[in-house]
Amino acid sequence: MVPALRLVAVSKRFPGARTDAVADLSLDMPEGTVTALVGPSGCGKTTTLRMINRLVEPTSGSIDLFGTDIRQLDVHELRRRTGYVIQQAGLFPHRTVAANIATVPQLLGWDKQRVRERVDQLVGLVGLDPELLGRYPAELSGGQQQRVGVARALAADPPLLLMDEPYSAVDPIVRAHLQDELLDLQRRVRKTIVLVTHDIDEALKLADQIAVLNIGGVLEQFATPDELLRAPASPFVEQFLGRERALRRLALQPVGTGPIGPVPEVVEGLPTVTTGAPLREALDAIVAWGVEQVVVVGDDGSPVGGLDLLTITERIGNAPSRRDTA
Amino acid sequence: MNADSFIWWDWVDRHLGEIRTATYEHLRLTVIAVGLGFVLSLALALLSLRWRAARAIVTGLAGLLYTIPSLALFAVLVTITGFSTLTAEIGLVGYTLLILVRNIIEGIEGVPAAVREAAEGMGLNPLRRLVAVDLRLATPAIVAGLRIATVTTVGLVTVTGLIGMGGYGSFIDEGLKRSFSTEIVVGAGLSVVMAMALDSVLVGIQRVLTPWQRSSRHRTNLGYELPKPIA
Ligand SMILES: Nc1ncnc2c1ncn2[C@@H]1O[C@H](COP(=O)(O)OP(=O)(O)OP(=O)(O)O)[C@@H](O)[C@H]1O
Ligand SMILES: [Mg+2]
Repeated sequence: MVPALRLVAVSKRFPGARTDAVADLSLDMPEGTVTALVGPSGCGKTTTLRMINRLVEPTSGSIDLFGTDIRQLDVHELRRRTGYVIQQAGLFPHRTVAANIATVPQLLGWDKQRVRERVDQLVGLVGLDPELLGRYPAELSGGQQQRVGVARALAADPPLLLMDEPYSAVDPIVRAHLQDELLDLQRRVRKTIVLVTHDIDEALKLADQIAVLNIGGVLEQFATPDELLRAPASPFVEQFLGRERALRRLALQPVGTGPIGPVPEVVEGLPTVTTGAPLREALDAIVAWGVEQVVVVGDDGSPVGGLDLLTITERIGNAPSRRDTA
Repeated sequence: MNADSFIWWDWVDRHLGEIRTATYEHLRLTVIAVGLGFVLSLALALLSLRWRAARAIVTGLAGLLYTIPSLALFAVLVTITGFSTLTAEIGLVGYTLLILVRNIIEGIEGVPAAVREAAEGMGLNPLRRLVAVDLRLATPAIVAGLRIATVTTVGLVTVTGLIGMGGYGSFIDEGLKRSFSTEIVVGAGLSVVMAMALDSVLVGIQRVLTPWQRSSRHRTNLGYELPKPIA
């Protein structure tokens, strides 16, 4: 199947620069997935994103959107069909929340009724209070502005959504909340999303696949979150991921998505975890209660299995790499 | 009526027609000067924003022009273009350029980078970005420039009056020649009143054009109006 977005050997060197901002980058992003671009400051994340909506033209290489080279598309057309959420939201200060959200539908010439319906719908989708529609951006909190930014990007129902550090300006609690909302939103609208962040935990939480970039726009590794944590391809990736990789893998894997043991013979006195909980919760219970295993329960609370330390360890495939202890 | 009186209302009464004509002339010279100055400044500002070199030249020349004493400038211009409205307007427009060009440039440069990036990234074409985003957000700075330019121009038009272009300046001119204070007071006073009146009009225009700068307390949050498309 043709990926929604395909970067083929894309490089960018800005005029006058001695090194590449992005070097020979090739990525395939399947339709309906979230791809995170992570890496240290200045590694070319934003540049990559801006090449996708042609705010920056690559020096070499090509970018295909659903099989069509983006250079063959009208640039304004391409941008209207590509949602763009920029850092700090970038809302138009002189336009009300409703008008901000309506920007692209109005550019596309939708009739008034349709625009209005869409605005009302989006407000619900991103969890915004409809009372805010008549306000100006300066009268909103940072979190509300971010929501408006997302609603505005989604307004014309673009198949592709580009997000540049959308949650960097809000505090950790609001950020976690907005991240959960994005996951929830993604379950409903299934966009192809490219998410730029330098927060590796945000990438691990939100992305289906992660591209780790190094300074100079060099791709270090392109893998799923679990694969990345299990087998970092280079010392750089390993360092970027930080410590406790095994625990973080456990945090990514729900109990119910892999093999579990039989229901323990005696369940009384044992802690329980639900099938939807992450494996890490099972491990936490084992350690906290000082027991051999936990009881896995279904949504209705009835026991469906058990999890002991060995099973949990096997679920993340052997012991962590020897490098960790070296 | 006392002959030494500062102002003879009697005289004012008898010259209402002339005062009306002078007001019209004064207003006309001012509005044309600021209007032309604005159009020219807008073009120069856009040019300057586009090319760095143009910017140095434009602001340099406008600054130089601004330092020339008005009476001297008009005196020189008269030798070239004679005692004409053209002479007056060339000088008047010239004096508006520095303030207007500078404020337009500052206003547009003050548009947050993120806002500009959003506008471009959402597919607004360059003209739309300029008109619907850059100039809109630069409105407070532009109106601030227009206010200074207008008040200055109203004052300068009195100077053109001294060289025979009509307006309130002609009263001051005559009053000085005849040592008749009433005419001087009427000319100067009305000039101040006109400056203040035009200034208030501009403040009003700004309020209408920049609703986002007003407090929300006076707006109702019940429902909302979708404005015209961004264009
Ligand atoms: N318009 C530009 N002109 C010249 N150089 C640029 C331009 N934009 C970015 N660069 C350079 O390209 C490199 C990559 O920048 P980019 O903004 O893509 O980094 P980033 O990964 O997004 O960093 P951050 O996490 O700090 O946002 C940097 O060295 C930057 O200085
Ligand atoms: Mg960046």
